[in-house]
Order: sequence, then structure tokens, then C-alpha cells
Amino acid sequence: MTRPELICPAGTPAALRAAVDAGADAVYCGFQNATNARNFVGLNFTPQEMAKSIAYSHERGAKVLVTLNTFPPAGKLALWYGAVDLCAELGADAIIVADIATADYAHRAHPGLRIHLSVQAAASSPEAIAWYVREFGVRRVVLPRIMTVGEIAGLVADIPCEVETFIFGNHGLMVEGRCSLTTYATGQSTNMDGACSPAACVAYDREPDGSLATRLSGFTIDRFGPGDTAGYPTICKGRYLAPCREDGYYAFEEPVSLNASAMLGELIAAGVHAFKIEGRQRSKAYVKKVVAAFRAAVDAIAEGREPELADLVALTEGQKQTEGALKTKRWR
Amino acid sequence: MAELTLGPNLFHWPAEALRDFYFRIADEAPVGTVYLGEVVCSKRTPFFDDHLEPVAERLARAGKQVVFCSLSEVVIARERKLLEAFARQEGRALEVNNTAALLHLQGRPHRIGALMNVYNEAALAYLARRGATHFALLAELPKPVIAVLAEAAKTAEAGIEVQVFGRASLALSARCYHARAHGRVKDNCQFVCGEDPDGMALTTMNGQLFLAVNGIQTLSYTYVDLMAEMAEMAAMGVTHFRLMPHGCDMVAVARAYDDVLAGRIAAAEGADRLRGLGIAAPFSNGFYHGLPGHEWQPPGVAAA
Repeated sequence: MTRPELICPAGTPAALRAAVDAGADAVYCGFQNATNARNFVGLNFTPQEMAKSIAYSHERGAKVLVTLNTFPPAGKLALWYGAVDLCAELGADAIIVADIATADYAHRAHPGLRIHLSVQAAASSPEAIAWYVREFGVRRVVLPRIMTVGEIAGLVADIPCEVETFIFGNHGLMVEGRCSLTTYATGQSTNMDGACSPAACVAYDREPDGSLATRLSGFTIDRFGPGDTAGYPTICKGRYLAPCREDGYYAFEEPVSLNASAMLGELIAAGVHAFKIEGRQRSKAYVKKVVAAFRAAVDAIAEGREPELADLVALTEGQKQTEGALKTKRWR
Repeated sequence: MAELTLGPNLFHWPAEALRDFYFRIADEAPVGTVYLGEVVCSKRTPFFDDHLEPVAERLARAGKQVVFCSLSEVVIARERKLLEAFARQEGRALEVNNTAALLHLQGRPHRIGALMNVYNEAALAYLARRGATHFALLAELPKPVIAVLAEAAKTAEAGIEVQVFGRASLALSARCYHARAHGRVKDNCQFVCGEDPDGMALTTMNGQLFLAVNGIQTLSYTYVDLMAEMAEMAAMGVTHFRLMPHGCDMVAVARAYDDVLAGRIAAAEGADRLRGLGIAAPFSNGFYHGLPGHEWQPPGVAAA
């Protein structure tokens, strides 16, 4: 049985060290600008921090995958191309890209630099993946979170590159890389600016009836009673009214988080090469706990033992959990 | 001179009504190109199969260029087969809305649809070198980006098309939100999306009309209106302006845009005519002006 790589999030150098120390096979992280899809204040790496972090990881046998997973708008390609050059110069183990121009540039300018296709490229069929492999020599695809294990198994057999799947963390329902909801509400684009529901546009307002409204640029995304925990206002996690519904409902998805820990064995059998944990916005402590728990679980399965999964449930922080699309297509 | 087009119908209208809609477009609408085919949901495709050829023929005889569009979401076996059959068509103009089609179309002329991620001049040039002859742009692109892309398209001798009327496509999903709203899932949806000819409005808990659900697609609640911006875009090199089909009088919509584009009436008069058509939703032009997409910047106001 092949033991898949465990790919872990690092929003900061401290989180990166925590992930590496906790047993990550690889960490993924980005620069402090629009070239990555978690372009939030206080997150991400300066070039100097990236250099040190790559050295730290390599000394401990871990890889560093750099996310360049946004779409450079016309006229601003230099920022993305510069980031590709920097990754090659610093010795990153791979770049994770979504944009055709960025992939093409990396492929031509740095033929030795490994390219992973980001989930933001939304390559959800063997044909789409094969196109990216043919055009840019993509070595691994991060699959959209919309496929069942059976579909993934079929895909692995059909495509000429490695497959990485998300196993834990945030669970969005829109096809990633094909969503302009944030631009519509706020004027900032997830694809071009690297921010989904940017914090500067978020407000928590106490309403006259005592409820708490969460808003994004003035649009109410949800409303919570006095005893409820208010969630972060992400458009696709909100409650809305529709003509066919009596009350507000989660029009897109409940606020659940993905936890595929009980399906790791099936995913390994399906031939998945790497497991990805979401959460570059998470704290060092969280990263440490999640990585350690999954390290133990993956090793146990690989060695034919039953993994202990109870710890992972605690890490979802009281949120409802889902196996997402992996289990059944009934969620569609 | 730049030309008007009618984009693909995004909604699930009764097949006969859709056929009659296209017959009327053929006879009366001043558009040069009509895009046909199901873009949103593979389950809907069989309904119009019998009408597709007669409609295409009627449009062609009326002098319209007919373009066939691909699905935007391609995951399951049926969708992959549909896409392959789409790409194998010979002698037809094809518009691609999913990367998978590019695998089959290498080196053959094709168009890139408005649901493909072409954000920059290098991506445009790359696809043009592989056979793309025409690019319909994403709804969220602001003016400076459109300007650079139009310039790149000129160099590549490709067309550039911008949506100037109708709800903007904001997101795609593998899940059907129409089915979900009615307590169903995609497999037993019973085509409930057919109940909403312009999409199903989603309202915030504070009563603000926000989005419109169309099966697996989420649209803007507002209708894009870039009538007043067409002259500027044409000067930038945009070659085609796309009207998206809606339940309102689309012939009247096309005539208003055509009159403004040809300079027969002022943009302000065109705007008045458009607003007299009974469209309940507000209009927006925010994306173009670099503002939140739902916003409306009155013509003549400098961009923020």
C-alpha cells in the first residue's frame, strides 16, 4: 500500500514549523500579495521568510509547495511571473497554479520547476486534467471537492499525473476558481485579488430585535439569535429567503467542515497520492494538532492498524462535519 | 462596426417556447450572432435536441451566424460524452465553456466562452495560438482589464465579446440549488428550475434582493446594463456585445441596444426604452467600473 503524502497548510512561518515538526510530508504556503488565494492581512510569507522556511523544511525532509493559485488580471502579469521566478530561485519543491499564463511561463522559464494544478483551475474531468498535463507538464492535480471516492478512483486510472484530494477543513460548495460572488458584493475579486469575503468588508451588527446580523459590504449573510455562535459571513454559507421557502435557509450549504478521516483507507485504495488539509488562515496550535492527528491516522492505515479518529472530531470545533462529496453523489 | 450577439439561454424554458423564441429572434432581432446549446445543466440537454437543428437552420437562413455552446460543468460520464460529441462536430462554430473541450479541439478553430477563466493577455494569446478565434469575457472584468484583452485580441486577430445585458453569471457548483431549495437533490430534481424563467431570487434576511439561482449556477439579481459604455468599449477594440436571453421582450431589448450602438438614438434614450420593458430587477454596471458588481454608476460619472 502506498502511503500518500500529507500536505499541510502554513499561513505563517510559525505554522509552517509547527506543521513540519508535527510530521507533514509537505507544507503549502504563499507570498504576501495577490498571487495567492488567501491574501489576508497578517498571513503569508516575505521572500526572506520563504527562503528560511524552505531551508527549515528541507533540513527536516519536508517539501514546500508555493501557492500561486490566483488569476493575474491583464496588465499585471509581472507580479505572478516574478513570484514564479522567486520560487525557482528559492528552491521550492513545486508551485501550485491555476492560471494558463502562469503555468505556461513557469513551464517555459523553469522547466525543472514542478507544477501542481490548483483546485482553483477546476479541472474536474480526465480530459481537462489531460489538457493541463499536455500543455504545461503538470505533475499533480488537486481535485475539486465535488467528486465521490468512486469517481476519484476512476479518474486516477485515467490520468497521466498524480492526484491530491482535500481531506479536512473548510468545505465550500461553489466550484473553486469559478466564483465571483465576492466581487459582486464587495468589488474585490477572489480570483484576481485572492480574497473570498475579505475581512475589511465584514460587519457584525446588533439588530433592534437583539439578533446579530453578519454582513458583507452591507449584504446580510446570516442572522443569529442571542445564544447562537455567529459564523463568518461567507456568501455561500449564508441563510437567505426564497419564494418557495417559509423561512431563511442555507441556500448553498450548511456551515459544515470537511472531515474525510473515516475514508482515508478508501482514498488510499482509490490511488490518491496526496492528502491535503485546508486551513492557511488557522493558528499554529490548530495546525500542530490537526497535522499530528492525521500523521498518526495515515501511518496507522499504511501499517494496517485501525486509526484513532476521535481526536479529529474534536478539532472541527463543534462545527457540523461532512464527508462532502466523497461518500455519495446524493449531496448534489 | 461592433456587432450585437445573443448569448446562450441559461434557463430551462419549455422546449416549444424556446423554439418559438429563437424563431422570433431570427425574424426580428437585430443581432448578428446567436449562441445555442445548453451551458448550465446536462440533465436539460435532451429537451431541446429535436428543435436544435430546425432552429439553427432558421437562424442561419435569417442571416445570423450560429454558434454552438458547450456545457460549463463536466464531471460525470454523461457530461464527458456530451462534451466529446460537441467537440467532434465538423463545420460548425463552437464555443467552449469547459477546459475539457480544449483537449479535443487542439488546432481546430473554436471560441472561448464567458465561463472560461481568461483574465490576462498572455492566457488569451496562448489559447489563440491553439485555435481560439473569439473570446467572450468573464462578467467580473473591469474596464482596464477589458482594454488590455481587446488589444491582445487585435494582435491575435481574434474577436472580443462583452456581456452588456442580463443577469451576470457569478458562480457554478456541482450541486443544484434549485433542487435544494425544493428539498430535492439533482438526481430527483423534477426540473423544478423550469418554474423560474429568469432564475429564482434569493433575498437576504433583511429583505434585500441579492442573487438569482439557476440550477447549479448562481447569477446576479441585478441585470447588467452596459449600453452607455458600448461606444467606449468599441473604441477600445471590443468587437461584439452580448445580450443574454431573459423572459422580457428580447427583440425590444436588441433593438434598443442596436439603436444606441448604431448611433440612431442617444444612450440615455436607449436606457429609457430598456427601463420601459417591465424588468423588475435593478440594473448594474459595477463590474465594468471596478465597483462591487451589483452597483450602478450613472453614465458620465468618473470611475472611483
